[in-house]
Amino acid sequence: MTDTARIQDSIHEQDEYNFAYLDEQTKRMIRRAILKGIAIPGYQVPFASREMPMPYGWGTGGVQVTAAILGRNDCLKMIDQGSDDTTNAVSLRGFFEKTAGVRTTCETAEATIIQTRHRIPEKPLTGEQILVFQVPIPEPLRFLEPRETETRKMHALEDYGLMHVKLYEDIARNGHIATTYAYPVKVNDRYVMDPSPTPKFDNPKIDRMAALQLYGAGREKRIYAIPPHTKVRSLDFEDYPFEIQQFDKPCGLCGADNVYLDEVILDDEGGRMFVCSDSDYCEERRAQGHLGPMAADPAAARIGTKEPA
Amino acid sequence: MTLFHAEDPLLQVRNVTRYYGDRIGCSEVSFDLWPGEVLAIVGESGSGKTTLLNCLSTRLAPTAGAIEYRMRDGAMRNLYQLSEAERRLLMRTDWGFVHQNAADGLRMNVSAGANVGERLMAVGARHYGNIRSAADDWLGRVEIDSDRIDDDPRSFSGGMRQRLQIARNLVTQPRLVFMDEPTGGLDVSVQARLLDLLRRLVADLGLSVVIVTHDLAVARLLSHRIMVMRQGNVIETGLTDQVLDDPREPYTQLLVSSILQV
Amino acid sequence: MPVRLYLNNVGKSFTMHLQDGAVIPVVDNVEFSVDAGECVVLGGPSGAGKSSILKMIYGNYRCDEGQILVTVGDEIINVAGAEPRRILTLRESTIGYVSQFLRTIPRVPAEDVVAEPLIAQGTGETEAQDMARALLSRLNVPERLWTLPPATFSGGEQQRVNIARGFIAHYPVLLLDEPTASLDAANRAVVVRLVEEKKAQGVAMVGILHDQDVRDQIADRIVDVTKFGSEAAA
Repeated sequence: MTDTARIQDSIHEQDEYNFAYLDEQTKRMIRRAILKGIAIPGYQVPFASREMPMPYGWGTGGVQVTAAILGRNDCLKMIDQGSDDTTNAVSLRGFFEKTAGVRTTCETAEATIIQTRHRIPEKPLTGEQILVFQVPIPEPLRFLEPRETETRKMHALEDYGLMHVKLYEDIARNGHIATTYAYPVKVNDRYVMDPSPTPKFDNPKIDRMAALQLYGAGREKRIYAIPPHTKVRSLDFEDYPFEIQQFDKPCGLCGADNVYLDEVILDDEGGRMFVCSDSDYCEERRAQGHLGPMAADPAAARIGTKEPA
Repeated sequence: MTLFHAEDPLLQVRNVTRYYGDRIGCSEVSFDLWPGEVLAIVGESGSGKTTLLNCLSTRLAPTAGAIEYRMRDGAMRNLYQLSEAERRLLMRTDWGFVHQNAADGLRMNVSAGANVGERLMAVGARHYGNIRSAADDWLGRVEIDSDRIDDDPRSFSGGMRQRLQIARNLVTQPRLVFMDEPTGGLDVSVQARLLDLLRRLVADLGLSVVIVTHDLAVARLLSHRIMVMRQGNVIETGLTDQVLDDPREPYTQLLVSSILQV
Repeated sequence: MPVRLYLNNVGKSFTMHLQDGAVIPVVDNVEFSVDAGECVVLGGPSGAGKSSILKMIYGNYRCDEGQILVTVGDEIINVAGAEPRRILTLRESTIGYVSQFLRTIPRVPAEDVVAEPLIAQGTGETEAQDMARALLSRLNVPERLWTLPPATFSGGEQQRVNIARGFIAHYPVLLLDEPTASLDAANRAVVVRLVEEKKAQGVAMVGILHDQDVRDQIADRIVDVTKFGSEAAA
């Protein structure tokens, strides 16, 4: 019987798979798309997305982008909804550990490449880092115009009235712009772009971010990018300006204000708490001695830690 | 009125011809359309009137011929030499197109208010309150109650949808509106209301209109001038009441005599 | 007084293509003129072509031969050869037509129907409506009807609304197509006075009037149309 664990640990060192799974020609093709994306900020570049050994919706676009830019000296962090230890993050981290053998981390500051699903780390990123987004639907206009031929023309001609129709509908039906995630932005005063389903809380972080942002949509076969320090404006109306979500309490565990919080249900009797969605950020603060109002709660002991209770 | 004193035509059409393979859609059509003038193109199904309308409105490139339009700056431009961006801007600002089937001209899954406001947003309006009040004003002008502003057109009757489509087209104060059987498929009483509304809006706004219809009563009520088409050719043209009261061509006489008298 | 209208060698026939191309001659070599302030009445039996002549002057019927010259300011326009938009301008400012039949416009109140031609000539809306009401009153249209659309009025009421609409604006040339047919004596008298007022303003009028009394009162001259009839029609 073969020792499967041993083979998987060293799979990248054998000839079975190339470094980081994709072959070098494919990586070059993806890099060309990335370079084009960087040259035209916010423009969706078509690319020949490959079948990946995971289902669509699991981040096949982000994985291909990461595989194409990953070097042997990189340190990789994987986030799923802010967390390093959910299924998607653990699986994809394991995928690259096995196919590339690169160093991985949970610490934002230590990573050189961060692949994320639905969040941007709370800690500001630097020019030495690259943020890779997993994108399900890259086309922000699709909500109102299903024809791809037409939306491409609309992008080409900067014909973006339709985008505001969606926001108008939000206000008309809800009294305010009710879009809370995948909130459309205009990049570099030119292309309207879907920032992937990150909460709009993170939109200000996209604006003039020091790190390079790469967006990969595997099923839709599109790559787009925002170069470092690029102006990114969230769409809005003069009388209904863009606003981010506000939380009236700090994080229950670490006491942080002005961060994006997740609701955690504690029991069947309505017990709940709000904690940082960015688990690494929360842990780091707690390690530094910050304590939130519910940190002493025995129920809290079961969450937010990497070791199973 | 004082609509007929303009020195220059708004639209100049010269020898417009459209073939579908070796079949003729429309052949060698020429005319001028003047500011404030309503031109009806009449004829039976298959006479080429819709082909011609589509050629005029840049929805279908003619096989031969030239169509020139006087832009807001006064310059005559060949429509088929405009860039795609210029053409689109023209279509969503200076022009309107009213489809026979309102669903073709409306966004059925967004509210009435957004349907009217879309053109404003497309040309840069970014104040929700202003957009909404403009939409509300236009719904009033086409006799749709204010409290329907947030409803989808799916919940509207055929006549209301058609009026909404008209409001959506007129909100940017276009100078030229194309209409393809705007009253087709509506009940007679609904038709009468729509025609009256169109007649007043066209006169109040001084619109130029090219309207395709097979209904001579619609042509008589709305148009100043009429063009009769048959088998792709314009066979008779002139003042509307002159063509209808004193038709000259055999086919026109047949058309006029085919009207049911009530 | 200057000549306002001159018909020169006007001829007209109908070709009925649905009846094997039968040609029905209407009039031939029509020639007469009308001066400012003059009312010319066309005489002759039914079918002589009186109505067709009026319709040709108005541009409603095409003119096959000859010229129909109308003085507009310093210009002389030939209606027979004018392009459609020119004819529409003439109808707005120069040539009025009073017929006995009202082509009703749905949903427009009677007073607005009457005021419309005056507003089109540039009179303010309020003033035009005041004049419309005055005229409706003179023609004995009951006040309760003024704000209603005329579609449901009786034939006589509709006719008087139409007369008011025809007389309200200032047209240098006015065509009268049986304006008094089926009116009662009182209203006939009103129409006669309206015509007298127009004459005093220098309006040139051409009329068809079967009513002997009215014709005698307003006609300055009678032109017998039968003499223009084509031989074939005789």
